Amino acid sequence: MNIPNNLKYTKNDEWIKVEGNVGTIGITDYAQNQLSDIVYVEIIVSAGETVKKGDSFATIESVKAAADVYLPVSGKILEVNDALSDTPETVNSDPYGKAWMAKIEITNITELEDLMDAPSYEKHLQDKES
Amino acid sequence: MYTPHTDAECEAMLQTIGLKNLHDLFQVVPAKHRFPDLNLPSALSEMEVMAELQYIVAENENTRDLICFLGAGAYNHYIPPVVDSIIRRGEFFTAYTPYQPEVSQGTLQAIFDYQSLIAALTGMEVSNASHYDGATAVAEAAGMAFANFRGKRNKIIVSSGLHPQYRQTLRTYYHGAPVEIIGDEGDIDLSVGPDVLVPLIDDRTALVIVQYPDFFGRIFNYTTLAQKAHALGALLAVAVNPLALGMLTPPGEFGADIVTGEGQPLGIPLSFGGPYLGIFATKKEYVRKMAGRLVGETVDNRGQRAYVLTLTAREQHIRREKATSNICTNQALMALAATVYMSLLGKHGLRQVAELCYHKAHYAAQRITSLPKYKLWPSQSGKTETPFFNEFVIQCPSPVSEINQHLLEHGILGGYELGRDFPQLPNHMLLAVTEMNSREEIDYLAEILEEVSND
Repeated sequence: MNIPNNLKYTKNDEWIKVEGNVGTIGITDYAQNQLSDIVYVEIIVSAGETVKKGDSFATIESVKAAADVYLPVSGKILEVNDALSDTPETVNSDPYGKAWMAKIEITNITELEDLMDAPSYEKHLQDKES
Repeated sequence: MYTPHTDAECEAMLQTIGLKNLHDLFQVVPAKHRFPDLNLPSALSEMEVMAELQYIVAENENTRDLICFLGAGAYNHYIPPVVDSIIRRGEFFTAYTPYQPEVSQGTLQAIFDYQSLIAALTGMEVSNASHYDGATAVAEAAGMAFANFRGKRNKIIVSSGLHPQYRQTLRTYYHGAPVEIIGDEGDIDLSVGPDVLVPLIDDRTALVIVQYPDFFGRIFNYTTLAQKAHALGALLAVAVNPLALGMLTPPGEFGADIVTGEGQPLGIPLSFGGPYLGIFATKKEYVRKMAGRLVGETVDNRGQRAYVLTLTAREQHIRREKATSNICTNQALMALAATVYMSLLGKHGLRQVAELCYHKAHYAAQRITSLPKYKLWPSQSGKTETPFFNEFVIQCPSPVSEINQHLLEHGILGGYELGRDFPQLPNHMLLAVTEMNSREEIDYLAEILEEVSND
């Protein structure tokens, strides 16, 4: 299970990479593995939109399930990864890289404190699995 | 099977609770709320019931005995007997459509063929397995457009040339939903074309819906309307008579994003208004937003061609709470009838039927307008004539209901009384002509109409 140290995690298996006040968001390796082959990604927010922490901003369909992806923080959407609608399989092959889903300008940096770091997320997954 | 209690069982139960008869059991219910005693005649034998029902059936007027010029959404076409003999086969003739690929390759292949034929006919990339009828297909188009914009565009513009019952169904579906349906309200000049809708389109418009040919039979070119809608980011839905597409440019070629239609003209009998067939086709980019079932072609584990329901996440399965619509029922048997009809006629046969309808309707219009008191609507003075397919509107010298009564007395089922839906069009009759109407029948209609106007 790949859980990079430079990212923050949610209980819903989203990750966020924070650079200054800009966050890049995607789903974790664990999430893609649970979903299995991903066939469709629909991002339902667009650049410029003001969004709240906990809002659903994307839907992922795999051959066996469909899942919503939620925002780990509030802010303004800067960019979404439209390429994923044509190449949903990159969520399986590169969940922390090419399969980023949205970039967001974080309005309230303290919201990051509610998120888990890599060791906590790993423990969270272990607890869930056991 | 329903198994009623036997008299002995009822007797035993009543005895157990100390009652004499069933009547006593219901004494606690106030008399006025009790089921009344029915004064029914004594029971009949099966043979007697059949005779009784035959007698009642014989009271019906039907298109076998009458000369039919009534259309307005459902048309009297010739149905080759092979359509019925195929759809009545035990393998297809079931109350519910079986979708399991292990046992239903025949059904699934028939639906796949239906989808392929509809896509070709409409000029669209994908067709679903069908909806209930032409009206509900229009309502599903609105739902798809609404879902496509995730509720951010909530205006639906409908042409007053869209079937009044389709518009009613649309409003029933979205009653209470945050959707605004405009374009057909108030005292609209019905004689004008689709350009009247253009100023209504804005950045909140999800969908513009028109009919082709429209309810009054007219054929408009919707190219400009499609361009204007797209320029503002809205979608265009075109409700078609699929038979007319045998000779008209398919909507896919002039920019339609959704094509819906009433499939009844494709080998489905009038039968008191249903079951009919709701056609729904769209572009590939909207396929995940499309409601209804979709059959796809694949290969099985032996590499053989096979058919399965595909993209099912969209509808009833794992994403059902997010589905565009939860009505996934298709009209499999009627879709099969249309498939057999289209396959039998082929591209050229369909064109031939369409042309027969077109030419006979134009002969009828010419015959009727040559009568002194009957005029074609909209009035064509000084304007280029709006082309029409197999229906046209005649302005009559007296109320349509009176004329129709007179026609009926002569064995003719007259046209649709437009004043029922359009107060602006009193004494206007919508006449439909199909390949079933002979030249003699048309001449006879003209003769009787002339007789009425001389009364």
